[in-house]
Amino acid sequence: MLTPSNEREMAELVQDASGPLSLNGGGTRPIGSPVAGRALSTAALSGISLYDPGALTLVAGAGTPMAEIEAAVASEGQRLAFEPMDHRVLLGTEGVPTIGGAVAVNASGPRRVQAGACRDSLLGVRFIDGTGTLVKNGGRVMKNVTGYDLVKLMTGSYGTLGVLTEVSLKVLPAPEATASLSVAGLGIERAVEAMSAALGSPYEVTGAAHRPGGPDTAAVTTLRIEGFEASVTYRAERLKALLAPFAAVSVERDQEAVARDWQAIRDVAALADGEAAVWRISVRPSDAPMVVERLPEAEILMDWGGGLIWARLAEEVDLRAALSDLSGHATLMRASSERRARGDVFEPQAAPVAAIAEGLRARFDPRGILNPGRMG
Amino acid sequence: MDMPVPNAALLARKAHIVGRLQEGLAPGAVISEPAETRVYECDALTAYKCPPLAVVLPETTEQVAAVLRICHEENVPVVPRGAGTSLAGGALPTEDCVILGVARMTDVLETDYANRTIRVQAGRTNLSVTGAVEEEDFFYAPDPSSQLACAIAGNIAMNSGGAHCLKYGVTTNNLLGVTMVLMDGTVVELGGAHLDSDGYDLLGLVCGSEGQLGVVTEATLRILRKPEGARPVLMGFDDSETAGRCVSDIIKAGVLPVAIEFMDRLCIRATEDFAGAGYPDCEALLIVEVEGSAAEIDEQLGKILEIARRHDPVELRESGSAEESARIWLGRKSAFGAMGQINDYMCLDGTIPVSELPMVLRRIGELAEQFGLQVGNVFHAGDGNMHPLILFDANKSGDLELCEQLGAEILKLCVEAGGCLTGEHGVGVEKRDLMGHQFAPEDLEIQMAVKDVFDPKWLLNPAKVFPLASSASRRERSL
Repeated sequence: MLTPSNEREMAELVQDASGPLSLNGGGTRPIGSPVAGRALSTAALSGISLYDPGALTLVAGAGTPMAEIEAAVASEGQRLAFEPMDHRVLLGTEGVPTIGGAVAVNASGPRRVQAGACRDSLLGVRFIDGTGTLVKNGGRVMKNVTGYDLVKLMTGSYGTLGVLTEVSLKVLPAPEATASLSVAGLGIERAVEAMSAALGSPYEVTGAAHRPGGPDTAAVTTLRIEGFEASVTYRAERLKALLAPFAAVSVERDQEAVARDWQAIRDVAALADGEAAVWRISVRPSDAPMVVERLPEAEILMDWGGGLIWARLAEEVDLRAALSDLSGHATLMRASSERRARGDVFEPQAAPVAAIAEGLRARFDPRGILNPGRMG
Repeated sequence: MDMPVPNAALLARKAHIVGRLQEGLAPGAVISEPAETRVYECDALTAYKCPPLAVVLPETTEQVAAVLRICHEENVPVVPRGAGTSLAGGALPTEDCVILGVARMTDVLETDYANRTIRVQAGRTNLSVTGAVEEEDFFYAPDPSSQLACAIAGNIAMNSGGAHCLKYGVTTNNLLGVTMVLMDGTVVELGGAHLDSDGYDLLGLVCGSEGQLGVVTEATLRILRKPEGARPVLMGFDDSETAGRCVSDIIKAGVLPVAIEFMDRLCIRATEDFAGAGYPDCEALLIVEVEGSAAEIDEQLGKILEIARRHDPVELRESGSAEESARIWLGRKSAFGAMGQINDYMCLDGTIPVSELPMVLRRIGELAEQFGLQVGNVFHAGDGNMHPLILFDANKSGDLELCEQLGAEILKLCVEAGGCLTGEHGVGVEKRDLMGHQFAPEDLEIQMAVKDVFDPKWLLNPAKVFPLASSASRRERSL
């Protein structure tokens, strides 16, 4: 494993590389086709170089552990709004998740529906492209339209366009209080309707998830609200009234219990067991019941008000064929390395879009040495 | 400000090019008479003007594709135009270009309250997107001050912001999908009513690319339920540094107001003369607005007022009614008009880290004195997006040039403070030649390489964003 200790060494290593490189942050997010190449780690590009709570911004090396960042912002009563998933739970990996890894896969949790994805919190990047050239884009201010937004392009590019060396993030105040509202026993269609009603209300719902029932368990639909104490109490009451036509609503106000429940949803803990394949499907929420209906064998967890569907099912099932007429996209998040090596992990793209992606890759990494094949 | 020398060969072939465009479009959709093309000779950056070769006003994605295919074959540069409200010259024509205006593409294609989205043709104005959903109490969040006139197409091109970004983000955070036509006429779909991208985030890349990568014809936008209510509070301070510290303290305290607006003494006095909002005569004024139910607003404003009091304000004015709220906003909303009454002005758009506000304001004051020009400051303080207004006299020889020099110095100052040249207006032609102060040559080279992928012949809005010298060899490809 190559572990350069600064940006300049990283640039030299990439420039001098004679073959493919397999990029690593903490190695906890092996999503995509396996990459055959010399392992290159950002772990030593670690540390918070700037944290300005009054400006809601933080700058850190790509290899900085998530835990270090989360602790730093928590000490000022702030947090990362996009609630990045810890992939170790679902993928069974070990290691230290890094901020660069979260950015590379655009890891976004339940709050994505209200506060945006990782890409929406990312203000700036520094990266080494495939020729070994250092590039910077964006900055550390919240409004910036100076030149093209390569910050968005780099987020979720899985290390195929450049090696992230530093990221700059927007942080937000952590709430004083939280509450979870739960409704039991709803079918998929009613659950999506209930979540849509809540997300379309003025009560600022920051999480809307649903777990269908099983032979021994009842279906549970859960909503989250966050904010100042009196405001959370008020909105919990209003939402209870709004959801009354669906079923009885119970309210959890214990902070730790609420945090634990939403961390489990964020990390898809409900589907973590076993070896079966796990897909991550993004659709418009009203299409969610149809998706679930077409995957009768799947174990399901729904987030984002139905817009995000996690499905655990046998590796042999042809999910793409089942969903081919729906708009949206599906990613095979967990599967055997043999299955992932066959490609088709990411949604196939229309020819002109695929051509643009290929063109970008050819310019950012003309030798094709950065995580080649990872995105198929 | 220079523009490339027009291509004489294209000017000579005008009749042929116009003829081909007319074949593909409805009568009246192609404008080529000099008297009529003059309307399109500039955008809201009126200091620069140039009538185009022709103007086309298509009504559908297919027609846009047909126009672009013809221009691609004929090697004619195309300048896309929304409503022409750009303050950066984003829609400024060249003599040899075709202006592709989307002003006739204003339909709402689908409203979907259950999924909280709306799909519109890109020529629809910003405010009329909210207009299409407000009967169900929904709204579209980005609210640039030109929202009555500006088009969604232009909002996407410039990644427009507005006063309420602190809470709701800018265009890119509220844009879910687009239909876009590439320069060769290929139609692509990016994103949709679902969240996030399959593969690279090309939607995020296109948003803010100033019409250089493609022409957006349709957009899917996120709509939100209106808050139950909103209420502002007004604070006056003896010096702007204290106001800046107050902003920082409010943010640190965990309150996230929907807007924090700042005005300095010059702007306060100008708006008082103009609108008579009853603002205090002080060095710096903040308007802070929060949203929610009446009780939620009280809770948040209670915290904000407590912080403000610690900074010894010369005035703290709460609002007890919709009328009082409107009066608090009146001066801020008329600030640009009021400044325009005093003199001509140039509006800058640099962004800085909020914590650098006191230093930057002090330096702007020193620079203004050095140049012998007046600068008023009115801006979105919560997100550090400054709008220094430099007053000058367009009829006085040399004043515009002096103003531009001061503007450049102020923008360089923003970059040095850790910020950027433009927060929401875009680079256009206005800040094109300052890009080298924010970016190293390699940073610009890879951005230009992105344009190479989308538009290999560099025909779409080619003379914008990048310093002319650095884009010259690429722009010459189609000659």
